Amino acid sequence: MSLTHMFTSVASSLSFFIFVSSAVFAKEIKVCPNCEKASITQAIKTAQPGDTLLVGKGIYQEHDIRIDKPLTLIGQDLPLIDARGKGYGFKIYADSVALIGFKFVNVGVSYTSDFAAIYTSRIHHFRFENNRFENVFFGFLIEKSHNGIIKNNTIMGNAVKEYSSGNGIHLWHSSKIQIQDNHIEKMRDGIYFEFVKHSIIQRNKSRNNLRYGLHFMFSNDDRYENNIFEKNGAGVAVMFSKNISMRKNIFRLNWGTASYGLLLKEINDAEIIDNTFEQNTIGVNVEGSNRINYENNNFINNGWAIRFLGACYGNKLLRNNFLHNALDVSYKGMMNGNLFDKNYWSSYAGYDLDKDNIGDVPYRPVKLFSYIVNRTPETIILLRSLFVDIINFSEKVSPIFTPDNLQDFHPIMTPIKYHD
Amino acid sequence: MFKILKYSFFDLMRSRWSYVYFLFYLILGFILFFLNNDVTKAVITLLNIIIVLTPLIGTIFGVMYYYSSREFTELLLAQPLKRSTIFLGQYLGLSLSLALSLIVGLGIPFILYGIFQSSAILDFATLLLIGGYLTFIFVALAFNIALSFNDKIKGFGFSILLWLFLAVIYDGIFLLSMVFFHDYPLDKFALGATMFNPIDLSRILILLKLDISALLGYTGAVFQKFFGTSMGMILSLCILSFWVILPTFFLVKKAQIKDF
Repeated sequence: MSLTHMFTSVASSLSFFIFVSSAVFAKEIKVCPNCEKASITQAIKTAQPGDTLLVGKGIYQEHDIRIDKPLTLIGQDLPLIDARGKGYGFKIYADSVALIGFKFVNVGVSYTSDFAAIYTSRIHHFRFENNRFENVFFGFLIEKSHNGIIKNNTIMGNAVKEYSSGNGIHLWHSSKIQIQDNHIEKMRDGIYFEFVKHSIIQRNKSRNNLRYGLHFMFSNDDRYENNIFEKNGAGVAVMFSKNISMRKNIFRLNWGTASYGLLLKEINDAEIIDNTFEQNTIGVNVEGSNRINYENNNFINNGWAIRFLGACYGNKLLRNNFLHNALDVSYKGMMNGNLFDKNYWSSYAGYDLDKDNIGDVPYRPVKLFSYIVNRTPETIILLRSLFVDIINFSEKVSPIFTPDNLQDFHPIMTPIKYHD
Repeated sequence: MFKILKYSFFDLMRSRWSYVYFLFYLILGFILFFLNNDVTKAVITLLNIIIVLTPLIGTIFGVMYYYSSREFTELLLAQPLKRSTIFLGQYLGLSLSLALSLIVGLGIPFILYGIFQSSAILDFATLLLIGGYLTFIFVALAFNIALSFNDKIKGFGFSILLWLFLAVIYDGIFLLSMVFFHDYPLDKFALGATMFNPIDLSRILILLKLDISALLGYTGAVFQKFFGTSMGMILSLCILSFWVILPTFFLVKKAQIKDF
């Protein structure tokens, strides 16, 4: 036997051994109420890293289930984890954990700890899919974890008071998380981000939440697309963050005295493109936000389409549709390099003699009344009175009070249509 | 009084202007539905029209009717009738016929387009109630003015001025004072100032019933807190009634001492 031959045979047998061993050690363990292993907690204790637990249909009255090794847990026919109000559902402290197809109920309300159905701390590479949550305090609580996927989960809360309810998906100090196709209702905040980086929120539905559908704090370089935020107590808030991309989202029916479609505070270098803001009290409320591009958005039937509260520099509004809003734009202060150009305004009454689809007279989106209301909020009480119509008209004819440069010099004559 | 009421009511019902007024609301209602099939939105549009138009029509009709039926009034005065019955009868006859034009004129299109199946029925009822109130208030005010001036032109002038004041100028002063004193808490002031003007009061009452009230923000919250309770609602209806009763009272007083 030649040396090379011996070497290859050893190598092949070695690789065969590794293959077999991994197949041998990565067992499938069955858990079900009538099986040998009836408790998930016990099954996890005896499992080896890399094993798969197949959890059968049934009710598991367990809480604080600790996972401290890489495991895959698959629920078959939606096994029910009932925490009976005593604590967390799963507490995960190991990398490479997957939880698929479970139903969680009765995760208890606490005023001292944040009980969550699924809690992770300092882990990498996790995957939570197809789970259902009902009557839970927090749905997901992800702390200092990275590279994860949270997909296709349904969280149905029944939050009544802000102080006694938790968030649907709560992320803290995490990065590279993908949150996709989830459906969240009636929690405090639907999705909450604090110090979260390089993450993506896609195709989620967040409705009827007590406070915000989506809440961003100190989270940079994130992206959210194709989400629907509907009927949330205060809409969506994005605060103190940089480089956020918001595309193709729908913000609807966030209606109430303190409701916004989208609340921006201290946001720099963001893009807001292809979104729809429909029937919100305030479509977009902007404060202290700089260099944001608003392009191709639809603002339909809002109270205020967009409200600038000051300290906003270098924002560009290009090619948006403003359709039938009670007040299109409310503005404070100087122009500060903000730009309105080539938008469609449904209340534009100018003409287009050369038929190039661009109005020949500039449009002034700020009505005198909205200017006055911004200075003295109490005057809103005169909304829809004849006097207000008269002063708006006279201001339109000869502007005196509203900022002189606040004009759209190229208002489009027909609503802009976009391709999806 | 009832007989006089009946006479002036039927007299007015036969007159061309009542028909014009009735047809105006009828056509307006149908056009609103033709342009937009949504009952709720139609109510919002109507709000603007009713707030401005019913007081104006009430004022003009009131003055016009008084001056044009002067001879008939003098004839009645020669009969053994109490003055209060004559003038109250005429006043109620006119107000009722105007209110009827409004209610029937708007009621028909709204019923045809299914107001009874709509959730806006209560808003619509409030709107009609307030339209009725405004008619009664402004006809009474107009009669007062007409009784005070024998000169037609003066009477017309003053009544238009009164309408202009309550519909426009009052709000202007209101707005200016709020802008001027914006360093002070203004909620209570705003609440009080709306109470003193029937047009403002009506506008707020209807606005608070509609979705759009969310726009009013925290000032609106103060109003909602006040008008939202049954107490506030009763109080504001009382004030509107007061606006009817007070001018009517002066009308009777004035009629009794006037030299014809």
